[in-house]
Amino acid sequence: MAETKTQQVAEVVIPTKWDILIGRLTGLSKSFYLALGLFILMAIAGVGAGLHAMYIGYHHAYNVTREVPWGILISTYVFFVVTSTGLCLVSSIGHVFGVKDFMPIAKRSVFLSIVTIVAGFTVIFFEIENPFRMAIYNVISPNLTSNIWWMGTLYGAYLFFMILEFIFLQLDKHKVATYAGFMGVISGIAAHSNLGAVFGMLHGREFWYGPYMPIYFIASAIMSGCATILFFTYLAHRVNSERIDSAVSRALEVTTKVGILAICIIMFFTAWKMITGFVGTEGKTEAFMTLLAGKYALNFWFLEIGMGMIAPLVMYILSKGKNLKMIFAGSALMIFGIFFMRYDLVVVGQIVPVYYELGVNEYETLLSYSPSIHEILVVLGGIGIVGTVFLLGEKIFNAHKVEEHEYETATSALKVLEPIKTETSK
Amino acid sequence: MIPKKLDLKDSQIESPDLLPKIERRKFLKMGFAVTGLLAGGKILSLLSIANKSFAFSKEQYPYKPHYSMLIYQNRCIDCELCLEACIKTNNVPTYGYRTNILHRKVSMAVDQQVEFIPVLCNQCNRPPCVTGCPTKATYKDSKNGIVMMNYKKCIGCKTCMTACPYNARYYNEEIRSVDKCDFCYTNRLSKGLTTTACSEACPAKVRIFGDLSNPGSELYQMIHQVEKTVWVIRPESGAAPNVFYTRG
Repeated sequence: MAETKTQQVAEVVIPTKWDILIGRLTGLSKSFYLALGLFILMAIAGVGAGLHAMYIGYHHAYNVTREVPWGILISTYVFFVVTSTGLCLVSSIGHVFGVKDFMPIAKRSVFLSIVTIVAGFTVIFFEIENPFRMAIYNVISPNLTSNIWWMGTLYGAYLFFMILEFIFLQLDKHKVATYAGFMGVISGIAAHSNLGAVFGMLHGREFWYGPYMPIYFIASAIMSGCATILFFTYLAHRVNSERIDSAVSRALEVTTKVGILAICIIMFFTAWKMITGFVGTEGKTEAFMTLLAGKYALNFWFLEIGMGMIAPLVMYILSKGKNLKMIFAGSALMIFGIFFMRYDLVVVGQIVPVYYELGVNEYETLLSYSPSIHEILVVLGGIGIVGTVFLLGEKIFNAHKVEEHEYETATSALKVLEPIKTETSK
Repeated sequence: MIPKKLDLKDSQIESPDLLPKIERRKFLKMGFAVTGLLAGGKILSLLSIANKSFAFSKEQYPYKPHYSMLIYQNRCIDCELCLEACIKTNNVPTYGYRTNILHRKVSMAVDQQVEFIPVLCNQCNRPPCVTGCPTKATYKDSKNGIVMMNYKKCIGCKTCMTACPYNARYYNEEIRSVDKCDFCYTNRLSKGLTTTACSEACPAKVRIFGDLSNPGSELYQMIHQVEKTVWVIRPESGAAPNVFYTRG
């Protein structure tokens, strides 16, 4: 008798959140699990390689040297955090600054900006020799003249605000979420320009030195952000087997337009960087020559310029913001090209030996660097983390859907920023 | 007017051997004057640069003692005794070095065609490594101006290595920190010794170590001479180095 009562009660119990979560992650297509499995394997391999390198000593595992101390792990970190900042900046047009067209991409972008920066932090964790000391001495012994310190600290704040924003978005508290997002934008810009300044303020390295780097970093973040939003939004709809509705389609169209503008800005920047590269010391000029017609020419012309800028620009224009397959393909090429853009920026900046102008036998030629297996695996690990969390996120957070009413709440949150609207409403 | 005929009988063969001594002296004097003018100009130009780039001129020895080193580049014979002494004194591992000797081939030179250039941390007055370090693991000693390391604070981000205009830093796996020359402060100066291990070991008196804030010191006397050309490596980096070079 008692048993039947319990059974009756159990039947009417509403499924818990946990049950819903399990439900969302089970019974999915084979290809989903296959992709998820592959990304998990990549993440495990990367973390494994990083831990192994830490155990045997980075000196033995990585190909960075005394002369070229920063390698592919630094450039990959830059790649991920530029992407994260870009996602934050582009998506903030909608959910922070109230441009409705950008609203439907907001939640996913905020989520991905957290994922990409976490991937970046994971990669840098395996690059820095004593990451645990960092946690302590960054706090108790800060050096306020150091761009690295500012960058690390501000990115910490940025991650905090982005997580806060994401939580509030999930809780449907859009007003608070918008403020958190606004703080995220400010700390993101500050952190990211400081990352540019890490390179730009090294006055012993002519390739980087100058005010160009912080400005370039922000501009290229917008370019990365657009590509990543377009790439993942399309991919997400494929993963979720959903049609792209008109609101999302409009969001992708405007993002494509911002993308076109961002590519043009970066092309302009790159052209002038190259031209001014021929003024200065012999070493600096030769470093630029390796990009134009030397060892890094394939990286520069084919990957950076061809795949990273020209192909996506042409594809974005031809797509008219509507041909989503073409936009997706262009974005994929662009993300791939940008990865090498960061690599060239970091590595070529160090290939001129500091004693090059002295004309000594030891440093007659430019230096070289190529990543080791350990380093490549850690990079793949970072990509694996992004892939894994992206796929899980799509299911756990129900495709990051943004409801129509959410547009209104978010828009009203920062009325201060919309004086024209306030006037018309009067 | 009838032109005067050249009398070849009276003419002499033009040869330096037959030039009168007075003519030679005149020529040499002129040569010295030109050379002197150029050399003087060079020294003057260097002095004017000194105001901008040398550590000692603009900031007038902010430290006391203001440790510094003068390197007689032409005296170095590459015997590497300085390197050995440094390794021994400072426990430097085989994969790293705190000081090094660079080789420069001067193919146009008449006699000796290879020049040896000892290099080490320049203990810059405006050190890019110190500016860049996030945790103050590397810092400029407020008393003696030596760029020091606090090993336990080093997170190993290697910004200082990238920032250094002199390739003076390496990552020491054993102590899990970036390591560099500290003018032997930890292992010698702080224990009452007055010079660095490399300077002491050098048989050719290449490395002169001393205190620039003391006008009576040998180092001060040697650097502050108008007739002696003194230079620093990479003055354009703006780091204001404290290692000077000369010949003589």
